[in-house]
Amino acid sequence: MLPEAIELQVVTPERHVLSENVQALEMPGKDGYLGILPGHAPLITLLGIGTLTYHKGGQTGYLSVINGFAEVLPDRVIVLAEISERAEEIDVARSRASLQNAQAEAAKPGMPEAESRGAEAKIERANARLQTASKGGNARSTQDFQRSGR
Amino acid sequence: MPTLLDYRRRVRSVKNTQQITRAMKFVAAAKLRRAQEGVFAARPYAREILRVLRSAAARMENISHPLLVRRGEDKILVLVLTGDRSLAGAFNSNVIRRASEFMREHSSKKLELMVVGKKARDTFRKRGLEFVGEYLDVSAKVEFSKAKEISTKIADLYISGEVDAVYAVYNEFKNVMVQNLTVQKLLPIDPEVVNREKKDGEKSLASHAGPDSSLPMERAPRGDEFLVDYIYEQAVDEIFKALMPRYLETEIFRILLESAAAEHAARMTAMDAATRNASELIDKLTLQMNKIRQAGITKEIIEIVSGAASAMS
Repeated sequence: MLPEAIELQVVTPERHVLSENVQALEMPGKDGYLGILPGHAPLITLLGIGTLTYHKGGQTGYLSVINGFAEVLPDRVIVLAEISERAEEIDVARSRASLQNAQAEAAKPGMPEAESRGAEAKIERANARLQTASKGGNARSTQDFQRSGR
Repeated sequence: MPTLLDYRRRVRSVKNTQQITRAMKFVAAAKLRRAQEGVFAARPYAREILRVLRSAAARMENISHPLLVRRGEDKILVLVLTGDRSLAGAFNSNVIRRASEFMREHSSKKLELMVVGKKARDTFRKRGLEFVGEYLDVSAKVEFSKAKEISTKIADLYISGEVDAVYAVYNEFKNVMVQNLTVQKLLPIDPEVVNREKKDGEKSLASHAGPDSSLPMERAPRGDEFLVDYIYEQAVDEIFKALMPRYLETEIFRILLESAAAEHAARMTAMDAATRNASELIDKLTLQMNKIRQAGITKEIIEIVSGAASAMS
């Protein structure tokens, strides 16, 4: 018989981000998104940069995931990400600022290849965070930023 | 002979010092707790990395990776971890002494130096040594990104052949009273680490003493962890290649956390002792002060009594 739920664990080196029983999830594999349902065959994959989405009793949660790997078992998924935040934890203003910085950096002409690749990686990370945040309805954005008088 | 006023001043100054040492002790205790939590929080990740690394290695015909390559150890990189501040008992000087010893033992080799913490940097800079890398402000709040930065730098140096071995000199956190001065070989990575035969007993995050995290990852029965027939989304050797640097990162992260915990523990113990010494000193000084005061009063009474006696007669 197939298990009814998946125990989803999201762990980074610094903390235990999430522990939930979910019905389904999608995660950003290195070579594209993977959808996981209960009873999935055991699988190990590297993770890329993107949004992990999980579905739990009609509710949907979002997490940003930046590099790492995941182990899938029929009734359990362990995500070991280098960096991972829940959508509501993401500092939108900061991500936006770092996106702009990185874009400005990448636009500079005559950059050594290593550095421009670094800037591109930063853009990708910031984008992943922002997308995750907007999916999760994290609207602590520009208004707050302005209201706080900075 | 010091007067009453001198004693009062001294007592006051010792009390002020005691307040400072007491405050430092509490701050160190709070930071220690955070560092310890960090050590525990880092364990599940490291354990899983190791597990997947081994299970991938078990499936590979030829295990090879630039970080596993052994060469003659002619060029050695020494990573020295101290704190940024002093007043931590013998914490910093112990590490620096051990590192100097290590460098003397290997003085026939070409040595490179990498330092974490202001104390190591300042000491070795005074001796006119140069560093391939220096990292400051790590121990107050250990972040994984710092470990990654250090690890990437070390791996680059190793893979490019600029160094043949990497050793870390640091204080390992045993408990609040005890720190273990440790010299650990970081690179090349011991092939036993990825060897599936040897699962326990080796020194790594996965087998470290202390209360374990409550993560339900432990649920997988230890014995059959390699029997699960995984689908590998990427080629096994690609996964293996991606995981080796991650393993080094978690090892360095652990060392940073251990060193930070040890530093805060050492500072807490030192400040506790200082606070107690101050209490003793205050007691002694107060006793002296009271004796002098008593002597003064006695003298005055004698003067009054003898004055009255002479007036009577």
